[in-house]
Amino acid sequence: MSTTTPPTPAAPAATAPGSVGVVAPQKAVFDAPITLSSGVTLPGFELVYETYGTLNATASNAVLVCHALSGSHHVAGVYADDPKSLGWWDNLVGPGKPLDTDKFFVVGVNNLGGCYGSTGPMSINPATGKPYGADFPVVTVEDWVEAQALLADRLGVRTWAVIVGGSLGGMQALHWTVAHPERVRHALVIASAPQLSAQNIAFNEVARQAILTDPDFHGGHYYEHGVVPVRGLRLARMVGHITYLSDDQMGEKFGREMKNGGELGYNYDAEFQIESYLRYQGDKFTRYFDANTYLITTKALDYFDPARNCGGDLRAALAPAKAGFLVVSFTTDWRFSPERSREIVYALVHNDRDVTYAEVECNFGHDSFLLDDPQYHDVVRAYLDNIAV
Amino acid sequence: MTTTQNQSPHSRPADTAAADPYALAGGFRFDFDVITAWVAEGARVLDLGCGDGSLLKHLGAARRVRGYGVEIAPAQVTACVRNGINVIQTDLERGLAGFEDDFFDHVIMSLSLQTVHHTEQMLREILRVGREAVVSIPNFGYHQNRAAIAAGRMPVSDYLPYQWYDSPNVRFFTIADFEALCDKLGIAVRERRAFAAGQPVADDPNLNADVALYRLGRLNWAV
Repeated sequence: MSTTTPPTPAAPAATAPGSVGVVAPQKAVFDAPITLSSGVTLPGFELVYETYGTLNATASNAVLVCHALSGSHHVAGVYADDPKSLGWWDNLVGPGKPLDTDKFFVVGVNNLGGCYGSTGPMSINPATGKPYGADFPVVTVEDWVEAQALLADRLGVRTWAVIVGGSLGGMQALHWTVAHPERVRHALVIASAPQLSAQNIAFNEVARQAILTDPDFHGGHYYEHGVVPVRGLRLARMVGHITYLSDDQMGEKFGREMKNGGELGYNYDAEFQIESYLRYQGDKFTRYFDANTYLITTKALDYFDPARNCGGDLRAALAPAKAGFLVVSFTTDWRFSPERSREIVYALVHNDRDVTYAEVECNFGHDSFLLDDPQYHDVVRAYLDNIAV
Repeated sequence: MTTTQNQSPHSRPADTAAADPYALAGGFRFDFDVITAWVAEGARVLDLGCGDGSLLKHLGAARRVRGYGVEIAPAQVTACVRNGINVIQTDLERGLAGFEDDFFDHVIMSLSLQTVHHTEQMLREILRVGREAVVSIPNFGYHQNRAAIAAGRMPVSDYLPYQWYDSPNVRFFTIADFEALCDKLGIAVRERRAFAAGQPVADDPNLNADVALYRLGRLNWAV
């Protein structure tokens, strides 16, 4: 769900073995109107994406990587002008890596409503000539999948060999298998859930309220005021970040360690290292992420619930799926716990679907899916190695 | 649990054929033939403690089953994936709560029942989610085991390859004990095959067999 700083910082370069190297984003323009789940129609839209590896002659080796809350199309490699701009899933994607770009043609796409170049709240609303801001419609996982399907058509990909995603990305992979069963051969649903719990929605609501009540939010039209609701977005990220880590991991990394050698300041400065860390993460986030996109994306998370139209019966909801599945969860992930992944697994078993479930012992909470735990990467590699292209 | 990351009580004793008490020369496993004969063509099969998925792979080829394995050891889960076998990583002590009643035609538990604490609950669960069960057990009543006890030491053998202090086994029982429990739980013993050193045993299996395979069903009860 986040792109946090991994505990073991990677020090990669474009020339590092296993790197896809220098990459550049591309843009696909769609002129036809698209009607969203909300009923709102966008006159057209653009998607920014990146590709790694080569699409084979029969287009049978295409892999879609779906991003989570704060991710983007920049999945792997680095940009020529910024050697530190490592893709968010670079440890998984590259030549010889578990998602091997020597075998697969991998596509990363920034979703509709995003803030990394695809049409979203920061884009110009053709009706007003000004940024959409709060007028950008709420989009859903279903809308993202339909937009991704149009991109697939554009790229000449009729059927994805694999669709992979973690967290909110896993929800997109799962939805693909029921919305377009003929277009997905395999889905990797990692650290995900069939729907959010009340606790999940509660955390999202705290994040939204932080943004919505920031005086600089201006009802979502802050661009025209030349400000950004920094305080709200920062708080949203801070509370979110807590939920992506495990208690054990925080204890090990920060404990009660203090910045000033244990001298109590009797004030409200960042005294404990954890306070300092959270403030740093919050500040950093406000420099690259858009508050309106944050609002939209948390709403998409809250709304996702494939069983909703089947009386809450997930088995019935997943009945159309034809893909093979690898479902992965992490033992210390309390945001999207193993129990939630098991719901998906049992619903698939009872539909006679091919499914493998790995419950990985990893100490890093929800963010484990972004790390390179050996069991996790071994099982993903084994699964992907078996797929014929 | 007495398990560690790499050695599971719910998997067959080891990865390698050499350390596998079922393995005979050439990698042939006599229990596969017995189990295959008991499994229907195209059946839904759940293999509890499926190891690297060898049995399910064999049943896939021989009986075209729709199979799922349950396994806890990470290396075995990855091995199943490499073997193209559906596997669910979970701890059998947690039970089979996620599986629906009567979903499987056969539930297999090979040489793992003695590693589970809740024996009665496990057997009931196996016959809740499966119409039939295939359960194999090491026989603690085998004469060599009795001889070891008579000599004052706990038995160590092909099927009981552990020292008492490092064994994943938590329940110690004989063929006679197991059949008495089946009787108590209303479990029908539909077939039994007993073996010693891989050879069939007909005479007094409780004394002469080191392992027994059972085909079990429900006796006068439904789920």
